[in-house]
Amino acid sequence: MATLLIRGGRVIDPAQNIDRIDDVLVRDGLVVSIGHDGGQPLGRADETIEAGGLIVAPGLVDMHVHLREPGREEDETIETGTRAALAGGFTSVACIPNTEPPIDTQAAVEFIHQKAARADTCNVFVVACVSRGREGKELAEIGRLVEAGAVAFSDDGAPVYDAELMRRALEYCRMFDKPILAHEEVLELSRGGVMNEGLVSLLLGLPGMPAAAEDVMIGRDVTLTEATGGRLHVMHVSTAGGVALIRDAKRRGVRVTAEACPHHFTLTDESLRGFDSNYKMSPPLRTAADVEAIIEGLVDGTIDCIATDHAPHAREKKMLELDRAPFGILGLETAVGLSVTRLVATGRIGWPRLIESLSTLPARILGINRGTLRPGAVADVTLIDPERSWQVDINTFRSKSVNSPFHGWTLRGRAVATIVGGRVKYRLG
Amino acid sequence: MPAATFDRESVPPQWQHRHLLDLERLTPDEVRLLLDTAALFKEATNGCRAKLGLLSGRTIVNLFFENSTRTRTSFSLAARRLGADVVDFTAASSSLSKGESFIDTAKNLEAMGIDAVVVRHATPGTPHLLSQYLDVGVINAGDGPHEHPTQGLLDIFSIRERRGDLRGVTVGLVGDISHSRTARSNLWGLMKLGAHVILCGPPTLVSERWREIGVEVSHDLDAIIPRCDVLNLLRIQFERQNTRPFPSVREYAHLYAMTGERLRRAKPDLLILAPGPINRGVEVTAEVADCGQSLILDQVTNGLAVRMAVLWLVCGPRGGSAGGSTVRQERIV
Repeated sequence: MATLLIRGGRVIDPAQNIDRIDDVLVRDGLVVSIGHDGGQPLGRADETIEAGGLIVAPGLVDMHVHLREPGREEDETIETGTRAALAGGFTSVACIPNTEPPIDTQAAVEFIHQKAARADTCNVFVVACVSRGREGKELAEIGRLVEAGAVAFSDDGAPVYDAELMRRALEYCRMFDKPILAHEEVLELSRGGVMNEGLVSLLLGLPGMPAAAEDVMIGRDVTLTEATGGRLHVMHVSTAGGVALIRDAKRRGVRVTAEACPHHFTLTDESLRGFDSNYKMSPPLRTAADVEAIIEGLVDGTIDCIATDHAPHAREKKMLELDRAPFGILGLETAVGLSVTRLVATGRIGWPRLIESLSTLPARILGINRGTLRPGAVADVTLIDPERSWQVDINTFRSKSVNSPFHGWTLRGRAVATIVGGRVKYRLG
Repeated sequence: MPAATFDRESVPPQWQHRHLLDLERLTPDEVRLLLDTAALFKEATNGCRAKLGLLSGRTIVNLFFENSTRTRTSFSLAARRLGADVVDFTAASSSLSKGESFIDTAKNLEAMGIDAVVVRHATPGTPHLLSQYLDVGVINAGDGPHEHPTQGLLDIFSIRERRGDLRGVTVGLVGDISHSRTARSNLWGLMKLGAHVILCGPPTLVSERWREIGVEVSHDLDAIIPRCDVLNLLRIQFERQNTRPFPSVREYAHLYAMTGERLRRAKPDLLILAPGPINRGVEVTAEVADCGQSLILDQVTNGLAVRMAVLWLVCGPRGGSAGGSTVRQERIV
């Protein structure tokens, strides 16, 4: 019987409407109580963490992470990716199934669970494919995948292109109450593109990916979701038009949720002027107006949560001409710093909303029993130093890859301890 | 023919760049310095025919990842006119087909002790990336649809030879602006020297967004012809287009080809440029290409002068001891 006392921090648990200076007591991997009335005299905890000046939050959940295993272990493995997650303050990640082979069978789901158990780092929840082989032709065995533990379904990396298949997927998943996580892109409009289509792409002569490519597909999927009563989760929203479509759909009561990535509320397509492939991702960095719309979406709740789309690529794959370099950047180890710096330090959102978007809501969307410090909950806890100023250094990353455009940036706010199931798994020295 | 003279010992201190990557980031004075230097070279080489020994002992590599005959030949000749050794390196004959990255290829060449690479590549920004990985001068000889600075300079040089000051001169760039590196280099250079630039072509090839940088956009060639002092007729880059931007070549030529009939509605001293290779009958008819107002052949000669100037400014001896170290630290932003 091991007890852990987290003493004197600012405890924020949006699920219980808690935001106060208090103690959190953990016993045997579960939260016992917040406050002194849990029956455990302070002096008798086996371990005490002094959390004065720190935010004590339910463990952060990143619902959009590419762990690359199986198949691309040169970029990332379940072990290295989850260590990066811990260092970024995440106690849970949901891994996206565009691996090689893709995660579309019970055996593949079990493989992930086993590898994650062996790594003994953070929780790994499995997102499985919508379509068999991620080929977009026929449904994967969704029911069996749910039995194996899949928490959501996605063909991310690519959209579910066939509208009829998407409709069927939304309908079918209703009986399991699982969301479809959708990568929204009309490929004919974005083909060959390496960046946002706009003035910057025009000046650089680079082929563009218009905002319309994303908006048109969001429009289609929102309509199909409304028609079927299914659950749609729009991944990595990057456009002002996309935010508007989701806002309207939510007003009509459509069961749609959405996420935004830190890079999409931090950077614009101006970053591509140096032709650095670390700024190449899909959807691409958009304009300042889009960045503002994403932030407004996070402020008013149109965009429910922040997810990283952590997309590791080995160094040599990114050291290529812009059109040959792959899409994607790292996210796990910079997400908290970017979110605090861009959203909280600027006064756009408060801490409770930040914690909601990084923990409460992603856990709720995935239907996992995480994202709260309610008594009896699994004791996943993240301690964040809200004032800590630090410099991003890719050489200290736990990730196996270094494809981050934020190297050298000074950020505010950093996870200083990550506790999974009552055990301290990461502590910043 | 007596040996030509060139009165400059070393690269003027106003030239602080280690590379020539694009015209967008040059100052108006730097563009003028390049053009003035080209004029000096043209004169000192008796119209680019004589040789100078200014770069003897230097080695220039033509690193061409994309086909080219005229630009490569022009750079080779310009380098030889300055006494440099030239090595041609084409992607087809290289290790690239064996999977080597372009950066590794360039680093290998650098290790052989070269002084500059002249690089052409189908992807925008490739010269800029090379400049970050290599310790030698990098000259952009065309990076996809982005820029082709020496082409822009030689077009402007040719106009300047005839018109002198470019301030107030109206230049129409006509055709496939979307996919044209020549258009981008021209418009930056022209704008820096005070010319009025009109981009003309169908909306699928000429974005309205160009207005945001202060150029005029038109989709009606007939409407702008009477106002233009210069027309630069750009090739339709069929090879770079994903989808067809107009219904047929016939329709395009009907709307945008420079014909004798259109020429008669222009100012009498209108100058015609075409960066070549030209598609006769698409952008320009033979009648116009070969008329007295056409600078097409001047452009070729002036290309040599401009490339001599660029090679010398990038590889030539630097005056003073401080200059070398500051220019070495140049980085693109």
